[in-house]
Amino acid sequence: MKNAEEIFDLLKKEFSDSIFSLDKDTPTEPIISVDPLLVHKISGFVRDNEELKFDSLMCLSGVDDANGSKVKDADGLESIQGGTLSVYYHLYSVSLKHKITIRTATPREEPKVESVENVWKCADWHEREAYDMYGIIFLNHPDLKRILMPYDWEAGYPLRKDYKNPEFYQGMKVPY
Amino acid sequence: MALKTEHMVLNMGPQHPSTHGVLRLELELEGELIKKVVPHIGYLHRCFEKHAEAMQYNQIIPYTDRMDYLASMYNNFGYVIAVEKLLGIEVPERVQYIRVIMGELQRIASHLVALGTYGLDIGAFTPFLYLFRDREKILTLFEMTCGARLLYNYMWVGGLSHDIHPDFQRMTKEFVNYFKPTIVELDNLLSYNKIFIERTANIGILPIDTAINYGVTGPMLRGSGIKFDLRKDDPYSIYDRFDFDIPVGKGIYGTVGDCWDRYYVRVREMEQSLRIIEQAIDNIPEGDVQSAIPKRIKPPKGTVYTRVENPRGELGYFIISDGNTNPFRVKVRAPSFVNLEVMGELCKGHLVADVIAILGSVDIVLGEVDR
Repeated sequence: MKNAEEIFDLLKKEFSDSIFSLDKDTPTEPIISVDPLLVHKISGFVRDNEELKFDSLMCLSGVDDANGSKVKDADGLESIQGGTLSVYYHLYSVSLKHKITIRTATPREEPKVESVENVWKCADWHEREAYDMYGIIFLNHPDLKRILMPYDWEAGYPLRKDYKNPEFYQGMKVPY
Repeated sequence: MALKTEHMVLNMGPQHPSTHGVLRLELELEGELIKKVVPHIGYLHRCFEKHAEAMQYNQIIPYTDRMDYLASMYNNFGYVIAVEKLLGIEVPERVQYIRVIMGELQRIASHLVALGTYGLDIGAFTPFLYLFRDREKILTLFEMTCGARLLYNYMWVGGLSHDIHPDFQRMTKEFVNYFKPTIVELDNLLSYNKIFIERTANIGILPIDTAINYGVTGPMLRGSGIKFDLRKDDPYSIYDRFDFDIPVGKGIYGTVGDCWDRYYVRVREMEQSLRIIEQAIDNIPEGDVQSAIPKRIKPPKGTVYTRVENPRGELGYFIISDGNTNPFRVKVRAPSFVNLEVMGELCKGHLVADVIAILGSVDIVLGEVDR
């Protein structure tokens, strides 16, 4: 069993610059921030390393950080420009019984994160969900398409904070 | 001259009697043999996570009921634990005990539906009726406590919506005594039934390393022979005070991790739930169940991920708070969502009829898969 600092030191030793920070200020959980384009390599390392053995991905969540600037267009509709979208990985080791949260942030305009689908198979659907809801592109994902929304949904990504419900879907009025 | 052959694509669902809801399975067949299974989900998508962002913390609880509607109590349980952790409040002993009892009763009720409909899928009609008869008794207990039979909104942040009825303890004990022999009856009727074993043993074998890599949890993971239960491995509430075993698949009639093992783990788990209830029911301390309910829920900035052992597996709530009365983000890690993903792996090389047996043994609730 290792605590967050030990895990952070171990990662820092292996990847130096692509591990950004360890955030311990949050009231409940320490979070390690990493580079979005090196996630795959880091994931492979934490899974296979003898001291870490993170063999299970509990949860993968996309988050809209909404930390950009709010812009109003001519109709008074607000949208967010700049800022980041994040992906949180909650990892657990079944054999060593320790947990860690890894976070990676990617620019909102071109959100690209490496896929970890071939490290933990269960990331497949979680990543599709994050793509579906936030439009985060997971590089090297084998089948990145919508999962919960209809395959032909064209009105954007519903869980983004500046999402606008469309008036029509396939010629049908959207009632809500 | 060789005949030209090609695979046939068959759609099972979205409306099919044995898909337990609106799920579409796209089967690629070579004759009767399964070459590929692709599940298509989202038919029941209600945007729970979007709704949650627009509501106060306590207003979200009824929505959690509607995710896994067969285990509403446990969905409440997981959610309130997450918010309590974020707020840092201590919950009175009485509340803890009642929550555990309700949670375990709910686990039995949920497994009864799972086992009953599993028999039904495979062609055993009678056990279904027997099990629903017993589930009815649990629902009566719930109805007596909070007025609802399916969607309870019973566990609140810091407390409970109602205290238990004066007759609750007596009736729960009566139920426990009544229910013990009916598990034996179920074993004789279904578990050791020759036809049932033929249909489920050696079908849909899930090896341990595949299960862990796919994030499979709950009875499915234990069916593969690993002793992993969050009530023991990552204890929450007061589960560390009770003495109970974790049943695992042993491959009695086939290989470890087959459909029969997954079925049988659920049967044995009901016995363990009864054990927990027996230990808890007489020790409920006195107190006010609403004394710790905060007037206004406004957690500090921060994130929390909590997980509980739902009847179907690991139910996780990831909540980000930005210091307001509404959560900034709520993500639900639904056990059925993750467990369903492994379908494609389980079905490879089996026959069409086995897909039904395998899907039933995964025990999904589409309300939770699609949220």
